Amino acid sequence: MDNIFEEVMEEVKNAVREFRDSRELYEAKMRFLGRTGRLTALYKKIREIPAEERPSFGQKINALKEQIEARFAALEEELRQKELAEKLAGESVDVTMPGRRAFVGTLHPVTRVRNMLIDVFAGMGFEVFEGPEIETDYYNFTALNTPADHPARDMQDTFYVSGGFLLRTQTSAGQIRLMEHKKPPIKMLSPGRVFRSDDDATHSPMFHQMEGLVVDRHITLCDLQGMLDEFARRIFGSGSKTRLRPSYFPFTEPSVEVDVSCHACGGKGCPLCKGTGWIEVLGAGMVNRRVLENCGIDPDEYTGFAFGMGIERIAMLKYGINNIKLLTENDVRFLGQFRD
Amino acid sequence: MKIPFSWLKDYVDIPVSAQELQDKLFSCGFEVEELTYLGKDVTNVVTGIVTETKKHPDADRLTVCRVDCGAHGVKQICTAATNVTEGAIVPVALDNSTVLHEGGVQKIKTGKLRGVLSEGMFCSGEELGINDDFYEGAEVNGILLLDADTPIGVDIRPVVGIDDYIFDIAVTANRPDCQSVFGMAREVAAILKQPLKTPATDYAAHPTDVKIPVTVKEPTLCPRYIGHYVSDVKIGTSPRRIRRRLALCGLRSVSDIVDITNFVLLELGQPMHAFDKNYLQGGIVVRRAQAGEKIVTLDEKEFTLTPDNLLICDEKKGVALAGVMGGRNSEIVPDTAAVFFEAAKFARDSVRKTSRALGQRSDSSARFEKGVDAYTCAFAMDRALHLVEELGCGKPTTWRVDVNAESLVPRMIAASYQKIDDLLGIRVPHEEMCAILTRLGFGVTATETGMNVTVPLWREDVDGYPDLAEEIIRSYGYEHITPTFLSQATVTGGGLTVAQKAEEKCRNVIRWQGYMEACNYSFYSPKDFDLMRLPADDARRRAVTILNPIGEDLSVMRTFLAPSLLADVVRNVRRGNDAGALFELANVYLPGQLPLTELPEERKHLALAKWGEGDFFDVKGAVEAFAEAFGLRLTFEKGEEPFLHPGITAVVRCGERQVGVIGELHPAVAAGLALEKRVVLAEIDYAALEKKFAKDIVYEGLPKFPSVVRDLAVVVDEDVTCAQVEDCIVKSCKAAKKAELFDVYRGARLGAGKKSMALHITFSSEDKAITPETADGWFQKIVLSLGKHLGGELR
Repeated sequence: MDNIFEEVMEEVKNAVREFRDSRELYEAKMRFLGRTGRLTALYKKIREIPAEERPSFGQKINALKEQIEARFAALEEELRQKELAEKLAGESVDVTMPGRRAFVGTLHPVTRVRNMLIDVFAGMGFEVFEGPEIETDYYNFTALNTPADHPARDMQDTFYVSGGFLLRTQTSAGQIRLMEHKKPPIKMLSPGRVFRSDDDATHSPMFHQMEGLVVDRHITLCDLQGMLDEFARRIFGSGSKTRLRPSYFPFTEPSVEVDVSCHACGGKGCPLCKGTGWIEVLGAGMVNRRVLENCGIDPDEYTGFAFGMGIERIAMLKYGINNIKLLTENDVRFLGQFRD
Repeated sequence: MKIPFSWLKDYVDIPVSAQELQDKLFSCGFEVEELTYLGKDVTNVVTGIVTETKKHPDADRLTVCRVDCGAHGVKQICTAATNVTEGAIVPVALDNSTVLHEGGVQKIKTGKLRGVLSEGMFCSGEELGINDDFYEGAEVNGILLLDADTPIGVDIRPVVGIDDYIFDIAVTANRPDCQSVFGMAREVAAILKQPLKTPATDYAAHPTDVKIPVTVKEPTLCPRYIGHYVSDVKIGTSPRRIRRRLALCGLRSVSDIVDITNFVLLELGQPMHAFDKNYLQGGIVVRRAQAGEKIVTLDEKEFTLTPDNLLICDEKKGVALAGVMGGRNSEIVPDTAAVFFEAAKFARDSVRKTSRALGQRSDSSARFEKGVDAYTCAFAMDRALHLVEELGCGKPTTWRVDVNAESLVPRMIAASYQKIDDLLGIRVPHEEMCAILTRLGFGVTATETGMNVTVPLWREDVDGYPDLAEEIIRSYGYEHITPTFLSQATVTGGGLTVAQKAEEKCRNVIRWQGYMEACNYSFYSPKDFDLMRLPADDARRRAVTILNPIGEDLSVMRTFLAPSLLADVVRNVRRGNDAGALFELANVYLPGQLPLTELPEERKHLALAKWGEGDFFDVKGAVEAFAEAFGLRLTFEKGEEPFLHPGITAVVRCGERQVGVIGELHPAVAAGLALEKRVVLAEIDYAALEKKFAKDIVYEGLPKFPSVVRDLAVVVDEDVTCAQVEDCIVKSCKAAKKAELFDVYRGARLGAGKKSMALHITFSSEDKAITPETADGWFQKIVLSLGKHLGGELR
């Protein structure tokens, strides 16, 4: 009778030698441990055993049952591991495939530079003031010390619209509008679109300027250069310097052209700066007394400086853009390069 | 402004090179745009004397010459020229030389011509880049024959006047006094601290009985008019030095009298005119032209004038277009025997207007437009008379008329050192200030605290101490400015206003939806209105028009942005950019009355365009994201827009007000542009929404009881909209806070003209927990309401 246990164990071994999946394993398990399985049959045999042998027989069956259960548990675990490994192998992905994400657009390079400039000057206490793009002759010229017969009007070819109005040629027009309402201390930045009747390889009939104005007591030409040095360092790099040289604008006196040391060669001379080491970047000067008077500000009490720069020019220098037309063609291959 | 180096040297000793002078001019405010050495392309060419000529053994048209080139030796040269004879002094291009040839530079080397050695080439005037005004005979057909007294074996360039530099100087608009050689010489003398040699103006005035009165009827347009009568004129040719100078500045010699007027124009910047006295009937009258009056100018063009044109007349007729050009009827001719010279100041604006209106420009008009000062009128007249005497081409008389409305008393400025220093921010030594101004021709009397400065009459631009400060610092040197950082200024708060920050946020919100920011011109073509199928009475056709546009395609100010973005899309697609998304936030210009009586309204619009990928709902999604970012409640309803697809167009409202439109481009517009990609456009009146942007976030308490979500699928007629269903659900049950469409199904089983819409409905209650039974009740209520109002049936 004893060898029945060994036989069953042998049967188990044979039964589990080959199974393909968890279902076959389960079926095998049920053949031994199920309600109609071999063990149940063995338990039923207890009755045929003499009473004194029953406890020992029972213990043996129990032991066998545990053995079989352990055996199947081990096999089940083995199978789980195997199946998991297969599943994982099947789920493997090519991690070098592109990630999935929302496409993010870009800001126009002019907007980028405009924001950079505002950032530089806002930190110095400049407020931002935007005047109208269609202007009167008074604000664009006359109040800026450029009366009707002034030759400086020839410096800029103006677009006129009906009623004697014009498209502003310079953001300087904003100076007057601000100073009519606000008295010193003034630190103003005026960015915006300006228009000139010029359309060739290097000129666009519409471009953007950024005007800066400071009016207060004791403002000097040294302050102008100090502020512009800071601007140059922030925009073109910490090693940048500025150079002033005489120029002429009707609304400033003295007037200067401001060159920034070439950021491409560090001032040694290269094709970008045509070998001079300097790049012309903006015009500036001490606010003309007449301009202050026109706005009801006493020029004996207050002085100030103003500067104006072309945003496109700065953007072109900064990003190495060689053709101004690219800035208004809106080719997505161009715009898409200005990512953050 | 072209200034020959050699001419400058007449008035000031220049101990530095042309390049050094260029640098010095630059730092004093005169940018030399181009510095040209005239002889740069003529190298290794020397003078030589022909000692022997004989026929070429194998070529009838060639002559073999021996030419003695002094230190350069005796050369054998073959030439095809026929004007070379023994004893002629000629330019010889030696081996390894360069000359000009047909607009380029030609290298000359020793070689053989038909087997005979030729060690160079004889040069014509053209090959040296000169004309008869540089050297008489330069324009003959053949070799340039040099004067008999020309030294042998010397560089040809000084001999023919091309050993010279031309400075092309950018003169700023405030310095019309520098629009001449002598004007620049004043600056150069001050820069180099060299004395200035003023051109001679003396002459002997011969008595005359001739009287030519001058009447100026328009003193504002002609503040000064000087006329001077010159008798005994005998027209001839100018001497080489005059002709060369004119040639260096690009003018041709005409005759000595005419050359004198041009010479003075270049030398002193004062335009002059010479009338043939015999063709003047009576005196001179300076008046406005009568409407329709005609004049034929020296270049034989006829102009019909208006009263805007100032005319120089005799008693009968116009004889010159003031400041622009003389009349043909009184021009100097070979037999002119008496001349009336004019040196005047005409108002710059008047000359400019006439010149522009008639399209007639001249060296004179260019000078007058920049400004000529009254002082120089007399200086120039005297200079011209001196030259007449010097050249012996006439006799200056005692008859001079000077009608002058301008003060010739120099302006005085009292300037304190302190004020100048305060403006500059540095301390310039007082004696340095005085010295600089003195060198520039100012009269300076130093006091303890400042200077009393007499402004030279030619410096009309200087009228206050800041002008003096500028004169001082540009000479003293901008390198003395030591940068300071607003050391004494008041601290101010800066940065963007709320509205400016909102615009930046808007740009970023749209950008994060995948759109790239575009930048378009503020103007486009009026044809764009037709392209966009705007009806004739569409308000957007009322645009501000540019009177002097670059072209019709850039002639009207934008009244909406969509045409610009559409043009961008077309350009992108043509370049092979099959898909993309653009936006622009910019002003449109809306006129009140036309023609304008006041500034037009400038309103910010936001426009979007997406093509190639995505559809209407992608663009709508971007607009919704924008609305959400600013706390706006926008509604969308089916609408119409001429340039958009009639079935795929939504009108955007905020409250009752229409604030924009979104839709697919109308196929008819697309076809007109040969666009095969689908394009979705949106245009939002940003300015209208600006006021409705949420100011601040106010926290709302969280619901006490969890909300319950039920899904509902309802079958409705095809024309029932999602908005109607959502609206019906929310209105039919207070607890239904939100209804969101997640699927639309159409199929045969539903029947034609039917669709099934599936929605998530969110119920929430503030006073009690929602039991399944309560939710069932609400759900039933909604189903009933959908049935009643929209004919919907639960699917």
